Amino acid sequence: MTTTPLAPSAGATTSSDGPPSGSRRARRVRRLGPRDITVLAVLLGAALVLDLALVWGPTVASITLSFTDWNGISDLRWVGTENYQDIVSTYPPFQRAVRNNVLWLAFLALVATPLGLLFAVLLDREIRFTRFYQSAFYLPVVLSLAIVGFIAQLVYARDYGALNALLGRENNPIDWLGDPDINIWAVLGAAGWRHVGYVMILYLAGLKAVDPSLKEAAAIDGASEVQTFFRVTLPTMRPINIIVLVITVIEGLRAFDIVYAINNGRNGLELLSVLVTENIVGEASRIGFGSALAVILLVIALGFIVTYLVQILREDRR
Amino acid sequence: MSPFPSSRFPHPHPHPTQFGVPVLSRRGLLRGAAVGTGALGLSGLLSACGERPADENTVTFGSNQSDPVPREALAQVVATFEEESDLTVEVNTVDHNTFQENINRYLQGTPDDVFTWFAGYRMQFFAAQGLLTPISDVWEDIGDQYSDAMRDQSTGEDGEQYFVPFYYYPWAMFYRPSVWAERGYTPPTTFDEYIALCDRMRADGLVPIAFGNEDGWPAMGTFDYLNMRINGYEFHAALMRGEESWEDPAVREVFATWAELLPYCQEGANGRIWQDAAQALVNGEAGMYLLGMFVGQQFPDDQRDDLDFFPFPEINPEHGQGAVEAPIDGFLISAEARNVDGAKELLRFLASAEAQELYLASDPNNIAANSTADTSNYSAMQNKAVELVSNATHISQFMDRDTRPDFASTVMIPSLQQFINDPSDIDGLLRQIEEQKQSIFDDE
Repeated sequence: MTTTPLAPSAGATTSSDGPPSGSRRARRVRRLGPRDITVLAVLLGAALVLDLALVWGPTVASITLSFTDWNGISDLRWVGTENYQDIVSTYPPFQRAVRNNVLWLAFLALVATPLGLLFAVLLDREIRFTRFYQSAFYLPVVLSLAIVGFIAQLVYARDYGALNALLGRENNPIDWLGDPDINIWAVLGAAGWRHVGYVMILYLAGLKAVDPSLKEAAAIDGASEVQTFFRVTLPTMRPINIIVLVITVIEGLRAFDIVYAINNGRNGLELLSVLVTENIVGEASRIGFGSALAVILLVIALGFIVTYLVQILREDRR
Repeated sequence: MSPFPSSRFPHPHPHPTQFGVPVLSRRGLLRGAAVGTGALGLSGLLSACGERPADENTVTFGSNQSDPVPREALAQVVATFEEESDLTVEVNTVDHNTFQENINRYLQGTPDDVFTWFAGYRMQFFAAQGLLTPISDVWEDIGDQYSDAMRDQSTGEDGEQYFVPFYYYPWAMFYRPSVWAERGYTPPTTFDEYIALCDRMRADGLVPIAFGNEDGWPAMGTFDYLNMRINGYEFHAALMRGEESWEDPAVREVFATWAELLPYCQEGANGRIWQDAAQALVNGEAGMYLLGMFVGQQFPDDQRDDLDFFPFPEINPEHGQGAVEAPIDGFLISAEARNVDGAKELLRFLASAEAQELYLASDPNNIAANSTADTSNYSAMQNKAVELVSNATHISQFMDRDTRPDFASTVMIPSLQQFINDPSDIDGLLRQIEEQKQSIFDDE
């Protein structure tokens, strides 16, 4: 590293006021031999091509298709923003889907995630049977959400479900999954059951890594346990917090399998992802209309991603 | 403000992804990337060699009969055909639902010569897009073995025939004769008698009408029958083709009548699959059930004989009980077929009474479409179904086969579920349906 012949001290330049950054840049470029450049070009190029082909290509295609009424067979016909107008004005499942996606996100962020954090803090105190509790809470995370959907059906089913039997309501059963006013809550319960375990295990790992001397120092300074947690422990776990936040948002937007397993995401369980699938996949083939729904979902997701990136970049710049 | 601005400094504790997840080495990553790009290149190659050479002695046959019983039954039919002709049939069986969901891509890719599909609008839609081969010459040979209703359902909008019917299964009100004999019920023929029977059943502690609509399509059968009984088949067919308005008072009348019936139906239908509703009938908890003849699959073998049906009762005397909902399954030839002559020969065989009898011997929940098929081995219920359909003035195919598939699945399923949840706002519901219908149908 230090044997480069172009080190500034050995440079032929005599001008002391020459821009130092220039010579530094030149040195950096020179360090990349032709072989390095080839390797870089190939690796970056491959990544770029894959990214363009697999991510941005389909994205642009979706956006383009969303302004047509293509059904997969016919010729492309431009319909302008008609699909978007129809979605907002004459497609009742859309409003229910947006409401459910917002509920989903809010429930995971405000109920399931804090609950996971609480469990992690409790388990971190090495209470008795802590390993047992850990496995019990973590178990649902191993299950796919589709499986959670099937389990939810066994628990919530109106006629033979376990919950109505437990509540002693065999004669006047509650229709947990069929009643569109309550089924989203029943499903959120099941989805939250899984999310709590996921968040708990992440925070448990984070808590184990917090330097105990920080807590000691806070205690010596006279901080109460609650103060120590909120002012010392939680800020120390910032990377974990960000990961949990990202996971929560992703889970909220990509929610699909559990409602699809329960009733194909209809009758009160509409989600944007389900509407996209229902219109595009399947015999319906309203590809233009479904693409418009997908673009709306993309815009919402981009909103979160851009906010997150701006936050991260601002942190880095500081 | 936190007294420990730790976030700007590197953390001593590990990144969460390091728990349990093996950390990839750079070499491993590179190897993975190479395999990944290799796979991509390979899939490109594979899609490039999709063209199969035409072989005069082979007919390819795409089948959606993925359940063991019908699959085996169809295999026997095909084996018999191979014996009787000098053709080989290559059967590609695909899961029933997957086949249906991918039909558009299937027909535009490299479809098989012959494939299983449904009669009516659902077939005419593909014919109109030029994805099917017309088979009017086959119909010149087989036409005299089929009723006019069958011919109508096999004909495209251009007047050519495209479809060979194989079997059908009527929809009707199913009940258990033993339960009815015990309580002295008799099949109603008019709507008033039907309501009176429902009241009697309820007084006897039965759920009058079993109902399960979690999948969304079973409720379509109730709508179809109510509409055909109240407004007649012609109106129903025009409504399905998008030619009548859903805000027409005639449609309103259908939903108002349905709202009268709903209190007699099993509660919580949108949370129950049809199989569970059928169990209510099997267990004698429910008095009757409007479903297709496949309801028999839910009956244990030794109780199959304890199942009977009556036609949906008359509501408007002008239209009587003449229209019957009887979906027909059968076969088509794709436009891309390589061996059209062989495919037509296969269709001629599948259209024969012999082939259909052979098939039904192992799948007795259907009726042969060929009217010359031998019915001596039919069960009492199959014979009754033959009589019902042969006396029908009109045969409908079921809502999701009589109208555009996109309208049926993305508009009617949610709308009917909404109606079952809250039957009070019929006008608002019909306005929603009509608005969506216009945006879907206007692209033709």
